[in-house]
Amino acid sequence: MIGNIVKKEFKELFTISTLLPIVFVALVFGFVGQMIGSVGESMQEKPVIGVVDMDGGDFSDTAMSVLIERAEVIYNGSDAEEGLRKVREDNGVALLVIPENFSQKIYANQPGEIEIYWIMRGAGMMDSISSGVVEWLIQAANQEISRKLIQQDSSVDPALVLNPTTRIETTFFKGKEIQGLSPSVLGGMLGSQSTVIPVVVMMLIILAGVSVISSMGLEKENKTLETLLTLPVRRSHIVIGKIVGSALVGMIMAIIYMLGFSRYMSSFQISDVNLADFGLALGMQDYLLVGISLFVALLAGLSLCIVLGTFAKNYRSAQALIFPITALAMISAFIIMFKDFDTIPVVLRVFLFAIPFSHPMMAMRALMLDNYSLVIGGIAYAAVFTAAMIAVAVRIFNSDRLLTGSVRKRAALGKLVWGFRR
Amino acid sequence: MKAVEVRELVKDYGSFRAIKGISFDVKAGEIFGLIGPNGAGKTTVLRTIATLLQITSGSITVFGYELPKEAGAVRKIISYLPEEAGAYRNLTGKEYLNFIAKFFGEGEKSQNMVRRGLEIANLGERINDKVDTYSKGMTRRLLVGRALMIDPRLAILDEPTSGLDVINAQEVRRIINSSVEAGATVLLSSHNMLEVEFLCHRIALMDDGRIVASGTAAELKEEYDARNIEEAFVKAIK
Repeated sequence: MIGNIVKKEFKELFTISTLLPIVFVALVFGFVGQMIGSVGESMQEKPVIGVVDMDGGDFSDTAMSVLIERAEVIYNGSDAEEGLRKVREDNGVALLVIPENFSQKIYANQPGEIEIYWIMRGAGMMDSISSGVVEWLIQAANQEISRKLIQQDSSVDPALVLNPTTRIETTFFKGKEIQGLSPSVLGGMLGSQSTVIPVVVMMLIILAGVSVISSMGLEKENKTLETLLTLPVRRSHIVIGKIVGSALVGMIMAIIYMLGFSRYMSSFQISDVNLADFGLALGMQDYLLVGISLFVALLAGLSLCIVLGTFAKNYRSAQALIFPITALAMISAFIIMFKDFDTIPVVLRVFLFAIPFSHPMMAMRALMLDNYSLVIGGIAYAAVFTAAMIAVAVRIFNSDRLLTGSVRKRAALGKLVWGFRR
Repeated sequence: MKAVEVRELVKDYGSFRAIKGISFDVKAGEIFGLIGPNGAGKTTVLRTIATLLQITSGSITVFGYELPKEAGAVRKIISYLPEEAGAYRNLTGKEYLNFIAKFFGEGEKSQNMVRRGLEIANLGERINDKVDTYSKGMTRRLLVGRALMIDPRLAILDEPTSGLDVINAQEVRRIINSSVEAGATVLLSSHNMLEVEFLCHRIALMDDGRIVASGTAAELKEEYDARNIEEAFVKAIK
């Protein structure tokens, strides 16, 4: 008896719609785990750098020995320009230049200056790992210099021991030369774009997507669809009406979500650096492009949702159909948070570009760096995607499929009914 | 004048043939009933005429408009009431009628339709409550009001009294009759053969995707020497 009930319960509960969310969560965990694993690997790798020692004194020798031992040095010479070219060509992280009188200044109780020319390739969380390793190397060189100072003269100024060097930093990032900022500081400043925007866009797509797919499920469950389809209104107007209505609901939900989330994120931001000082601020035209990108991506996401929604049999099955959208939105948000579009492998880049709602996630950062082609290309792609999906949806709305479901299933059902009746 | 002309209509769902070449006419101003057991193909015929399903072969014209070529024109003059249809649960009854009326006219025209819908539905103050709170009978009356308020030239009603108690069923039949008196044509389906006998001017008996007999109730009873249509149907399919 119990076995019979257990069997019935198992069959009722173990369905595709209950299985899909778990499979999806497992996949996301696997993806995040792989990301974190690769972070660990990156941190253990020696950073690729170039060094120029123009001092040749005691303390520059100490610093150089630490750098040469713990980094992969691809240029070690006296020409800073040549060194910078080599670092750029060989995908290096930075060129460290120790200028003349470095040691002399330290002997004179002043911190020695180290010029660092950073080559920054992306603003994702994982893109600044290698520069973080170089910063850690400079700390190690500082420690060696401090040790040497104390060994030579125990009465040395403690302030100098604690900070024997200062940095003069220049970061080259996608054609921009940014003075006075390291990649980690710059990455932190762009952090809000790296985190808040992908999450908000992801939530917007998911919430609006749920609305439109649920609306299709409810139309079928409440038996209102047949009436709607016999009214004197074009099928394309029904499809567009549903998309725009859901977009409005989704946007209201996303604004509410964004208010809370941005407040939460701002509590972590301690940088008081103004992006406009470094030519990274957005103008009105840029904000307009971001808005268009977001709107078109939302329409693209919703037009895909309405195609998926035509497969919904009722409200419950509609909930399961949102998972492909959730998966695509979450995966693209995670990729953009961790890596820059330009620093991911080509296959992943094509995959990311093909997801229409990944574009507003990338738009703000791209516009800060004057990458208009990516943003405008993304808008054009999302618009074409939307038109194609609306055409598919209208085609389905004009067919029997919306009311009869799968023809094969219907045929089988028909035969079954007749089999019982005969 | 013929309201509906169906000729050699065939409808396939994949390899399953649901309608097997039926032909019939509905005259303007009459109530024409398709009757038969579940699975006979009644709903498929009504859905095809209501522009919801594609025609596999054969032809359908509605007041001279050919399907599927002139589906848009047909939708302007028909009203379809599906079996077990619902209304949008978060709208009030009045909001629902307003929503539908706006597809058929603007301003005063639309308001007149809503007034007529309110009269037919006859839900009193409850018309301002959300549809979610309605009983099945109230929802059906609202939907009948929705279907007939636009003064359709052809009302297609699939099992209009299905699931209703005797009082509500009688009220719906009264509304259908008064609508025809006002000039509408009604094509309905039912598996309640006795109901159809009293309501319809002419009847087609359907079984297994075919029309097995058609005529007035009196003609069918005489042809099959039956006391009622139910008996005539049983004899017709033997």
